[in-house]
Amino acid sequence: MTPDMILFLVIALVTLAAGFMVVTTPNIVHAALWLILNLFAVAVLYVMLNAGFFAMVQVVVYIGAIAILFIFAIMLTRHAMRDSGPRFNTDWPMAAILGVALLAALIWILSRWQSFMTLPPMLTSDTDILRQLGQALVSPNAFFIPFEIASVLLVAAMIGAIYVAWGKSGGKK
Amino acid sequence: MIPLSWYLILAAALFCLGLFGVLARKNAVAILMGIELMLNAVIINLIAFWRYLKPDQVNALVFALIVFAVSAAEVAVGLALVISIYRRRGTVAADEIDLMKW
Repeated sequence: MTPDMILFLVIALVTLAAGFMVVTTPNIVHAALWLILNLFAVAVLYVMLNAGFFAMVQVVVYIGAIAILFIFAIMLTRHAMRDSGPRFNTDWPMAAILGVALLAALIWILSRWQSFMTLPPMLTSDTDILRQLGQALVSPNAFFIPFEIASVLLVAAMIGAIYVAWGKSGGKK
Repeated sequence: MIPLSWYLILAAALFCLGLFGVLARKNAVAILMGIELMLNAVIINLIAFWRYLKPDQVNALVFALIVFAVSAAEVAVGLALVISIYRRRGTVAADEIDLMKW
C-alpha cells in the first residue's frame, strides 16, 4: 500500500458514496449537492491521472455550469418535487438487479483483458501534451472538423434550450 | 503505482450507479443527474486509458473534450425540456408524463 493507493481508495470511496447518495436521497436539492461532491472527487481523480487541464475543465464546466443549472432547474420546479411521493418508481428492484449484473459483467469482461493490471508508464517531461492537444483541435488533418461540429452542437443546444423553455407557449397548468 | 484496473472498476461502478439512477428515479431532474454520473464514468475511462496506454497521443483527450461538450449540450436541452413540461403539466415525475404512451 503506497500513499497514492490510499489516496485513490479514499477518493474512490468519496466518489461512490456521493454517487450513491445522488441516486438514493429523497430530497432532490440534497441530490444536487451530493452531485457536486461527486464531481469534485472525479476532478481529483483527473489530477491523479496527470490530467490537470481536465480537472480544471471539470470544475469550471461541470460544477460551475452544469451543477448550477441543475440547482436552477430544481428551484424552478420546486414544489412539484416535494409532493411527488416515493422517490423510486415501482420497478426499482429490477433496476438495481440490472445495475449489479452490469457491474459484475463489466468486471468479468475486463478481468479477462490482458492489460487489465497495467501500471502507468513514466511521463517524459519534454512532451507538452496540452500544446499537442490544442494544436490537434485546430489542425485540419487532425480534429478540426469534430471540434467545429462540437461548437455547432453547443450553439444548436443553446438555441433549442431557449426555444423549448421560452414561456410564451405555456398552456394550461 | 495504481494499476489501471482500479480506475476501470471505479468507472464501471459509477456507471452502474448512474444507470440505476436513470432507471429507478421518478423525478426527471434526478434522471438527468444519473446521466451525468454515467458520462463522468466514461470520461474517467477515457483519461485512464490515455494515461496508461497512450500517454503520448492526444486522441483520447480530444474524445474526452467532445464528451464534455456533448454532456453540457445534453443537460441544457434536458433541463429546458423539464422546465417546459413542468410549465405545461405541473409535474416532473417521469411516470406521470405519459402523453405519448399508449
